Amino acid sequence: MPFIPHTENEIREMLDAIGVDDVDTLFDEIPATLRARELSALPDALSENEITRLMRRRAARDGELVNFIGAGAYEHHIPAAVWEITTRGEFYSAYTPYQAEASQGTLQLIYEYQTMMAALTGMDVSNASLYDGASALAEACLMAVRANRRSASRRVLVAGSVNPVYLKVASAITAGQGIELELVAFDRASGTVDTAAFESAKGDDVTAVVIPQPNFFGQLEDVDALCDWGHANGALVIGVVNPVALALLKAPGNWGEKGADIVCGEGQPLGVPLSSGGPYFGFMCCRQPLVRQMPGRVVGRTVDLEGRTGYTLTLQAREQHIRRSKATSNICTNQGLMVTAATIHMAMLGSEGLERVAAVSHANTQRLVDALSGLGGVKRVFSGPFFHEAVLELERPVEAVLESLADAGICGGYSLRESFPELGNALMVCATETRNPADIDHYAHELKRILKGAKAA
Amino acid sequence: MLIFEHSREGRRATAQAPREKPHVDIPAKFLREKPAGLPQVSEMQAVRHYTRLSQKNFSIDTHFYPLGSCTMKYNPRACNSLAMLPGLVTRHPLSPVSHGQGFLACMFELQEMLKEVTGMQGVSLTPMAGAQGEFAGVAMIRAYHQARADLDRDEILVPDAAHGTNPATAIMCGCKVVEIPTDKHGDVDIDALKAAVGPRTAGIMLTNPSTLGVFERRIEEIAKIVHGAGGLLYYDGANLNAILGKARPGDMGFDVIHMNLHKTFSTPHGGGGPGSGAVGVGKRLLPFMPVPVVAKEGEGDAASYRWLTEKDLPQTIGRLSAFMGNAGVLLRAYVYARMLGRDGMNRVAEFATLNANYLMTKLREAGFQLGYPGRRASHEFIVTLKRQDKELGVNAMDFAKALLDEGFHAPTTYFPLLVPECLLIEPTETEAKEAIDAFVAAMVRILEQAKKDPQKVKGAPYSTPVRRLDDVRAARQLDLVWKNDASANDKVA
Repeated sequence: MPFIPHTENEIREMLDAIGVDDVDTLFDEIPATLRARELSALPDALSENEITRLMRRRAARDGELVNFIGAGAYEHHIPAAVWEITTRGEFYSAYTPYQAEASQGTLQLIYEYQTMMAALTGMDVSNASLYDGASALAEACLMAVRANRRSASRRVLVAGSVNPVYLKVASAITAGQGIELELVAFDRASGTVDTAAFESAKGDDVTAVVIPQPNFFGQLEDVDALCDWGHANGALVIGVVNPVALALLKAPGNWGEKGADIVCGEGQPLGVPLSSGGPYFGFMCCRQPLVRQMPGRVVGRTVDLEGRTGYTLTLQAREQHIRRSKATSNICTNQGLMVTAATIHMAMLGSEGLERVAAVSHANTQRLVDALSGLGGVKRVFSGPFFHEAVLELERPVEAVLESLADAGICGGYSLRESFPELGNALMVCATETRNPADIDHYAHELKRILKGAKAA
Repeated sequence: MLIFEHSREGRRATAQAPREKPHVDIPAKFLREKPAGLPQVSEMQAVRHYTRLSQKNFSIDTHFYPLGSCTMKYNPRACNSLAMLPGLVTRHPLSPVSHGQGFLACMFELQEMLKEVTGMQGVSLTPMAGAQGEFAGVAMIRAYHQARADLDRDEILVPDAAHGTNPATAIMCGCKVVEIPTDKHGDVDIDALKAAVGPRTAGIMLTNPSTLGVFERRIEEIAKIVHGAGGLLYYDGANLNAILGKARPGDMGFDVIHMNLHKTFSTPHGGGGPGSGAVGVGKRLLPFMPVPVVAKEGEGDAASYRWLTEKDLPQTIGRLSAFMGNAGVLLRAYVYARMLGRDGMNRVAEFATLNANYLMTKLREAGFQLGYPGRRASHEFIVTLKRQDKELGVNAMDFAKALLDEGFHAPTTYFPLLVPECLLIEPTETEAKEAIDAFVAAMVRILEQAKKDPQKVKGAPYSTPVRRLDDVRAARQLDLVWKNDASANDKVA
């Protein structure tokens, strides 16, 4: 029996001890009308060998394309040690560290993680993770509404250059609580949002503003001015950032005069594989005075009976298992294992390594943009500095080009047709440090061939 | 020692980062002024540090972990290695579906298997944990009423024994919580339920078996009462392991269910996640499922798979994650389900229940008092230590800590809140009889010790890396982030 160790003799002994004749009797409190028939639609069991063959076949079918897509999930090199340690049974098969004395490994690791995230973002504190970047933004909006007691409305102004899926997710999660998320239009030339746009969207009262850096298009926002505008208008400032970019870019804690109040984002670039979209992790950091409004688990350092340093879950009075309907969020299980990987990843790369990753990603994307926009019929859509993504405009629909590129083994980028139809045949590309000049030349060569072929046809 | 204390200026793991640092042409006003202050260590130092940290954990792979309501069953290793195969682990979520057919086939088949075991009509895999599955469920219930222009229904009924996530979820969805009491046998108080339902009732959230470890025997009557009042029924799948293969929520009258795949389908708990909270729905809620959902077109060799999005499900409650949820967790659940197959799935609840009833019987014989002695255990049960607390001054927390010294992870303590000094104990089906017998022997030893020398038990644990921690200090003198200066550290040490 897969994963069940009982022998026939043991089953007999256990039933005798309980005082029943058979296992079925143990279910006699379930009304007979509800007892399930055989689950006939389930397949027969596979041995480990058989499922291995099946999964290898399917994995091979999907293949490994040379990837130039970002759009919220980024391919970075992950040191071999990261997942070897992360999948040690002691991390992999433990649960939420409620019994602190038996969970010091996980707890100390989370404390180190909180310290690293606070350092990257320039904020005072961090939680132990949320589900992903999109849901973290939703939680940040809810948190800002709870925390900003000077604001009477529940209006959150969101830069129109934020990831459009994040906006959808934040809307779906916050709608029930009557939060209004209003988009502030981005400038068509720069692909960024300026204070004038915020000013015209201002209305009577603003609870919070959401500023992405880099924004969804890869463009760099004037975060100092936007952050100051938010504070000048009584709003809390929420930064949505890429943690790898932060090794290079100004920490949100230093934006403008006062710095951002809440910082969140997608943690995936820190050692988590692409894996078709998950599991990733959301991160959230904030200024110290807001810590009691933060959702999710938090680990604190303290001492034991003998005065030795130890770590424990703290501020649990915010959480659902204590506060029930008055909790800051319903979140319980978060993305602990991903945080384990991210912590080891950050320790192994350090500030210097992560800065190199960011710098090479930026340089590779610059090289890619130059190579593709030199082909003729391809041009950059926005002006101004970018991090490691850029939007290009083609002279023909992007989808067919992407299919042809996929046939040539290249994931050529992300089409913006559905999210931003106003940008025309817009293709967003990304080249992280995992790409090399040969990859980029290969992409340019194939794209040239495809565009030429299309013209000829 | 913290990783930061191994750090030395100028040291780093060279081979793991790019060789070059190219010039960056981004204007200075966008850049950080000084490095981020991450640790500067060698690869080996990082490996040794985190390997040693891992050794300070209890885990399923090292210890019996009977944490009630968490279903800490064995996590098969093949589930991990196969989900990490190149082609699956390297696939970008936005790469063309033409290059994701292998992955999508797994997801579609998982949806179908989950429909079958729960008796529901549709499954969406996107919620990323149980609490997000709950959110999806209640949001769908609200959307259903709103689509019918039944706009006053904003009350969610929640039994007082429910997980804290239930009332917290109802509030997140903009509903009000109406608490329903439990009767003395551990069932929902039917008279109180009848009095609570009405034209404001949006639905009820139920765990069955309940968090008290007993099956809700009058579930059909509850369904009739709630449906009769115009409300819908939500099944919290935290305890699905108790009935897997034996009874199906869909047959009990539930309209929507979330499953904790990290419990019932054995994906890793990972020190606090990632989970996966797939939702199943009955016919009425099909149009409202969160997107994306996987659809299959054609059969056999001609079969292909694609995502259903907002265009296909215009009444959807929307998206809950940036992509499609915890895909890698879902792959692990898929591998587990295929290795169990039809017969294995039927056996899960049987052996989880056999182990729980055997352990319950042995503890009762050893002199421990049960929370609900007249009832069968489901996959878990409650022991109450209120007598030991009163007579010996040794409470549930003391027993929990003493168990750590005995080499067992503690059961869930002080939950559910209804039973004083309780331990909620869930052995799961993957534990052998001898592990259960050893646990009973440990409980007996602790009880004997408590009678002879209660202070000794109250001082436990002794053998763990730290002894009991000062939680009050942790909350009052908040130290959430390490500071690299002596004065800040002095405050702690």
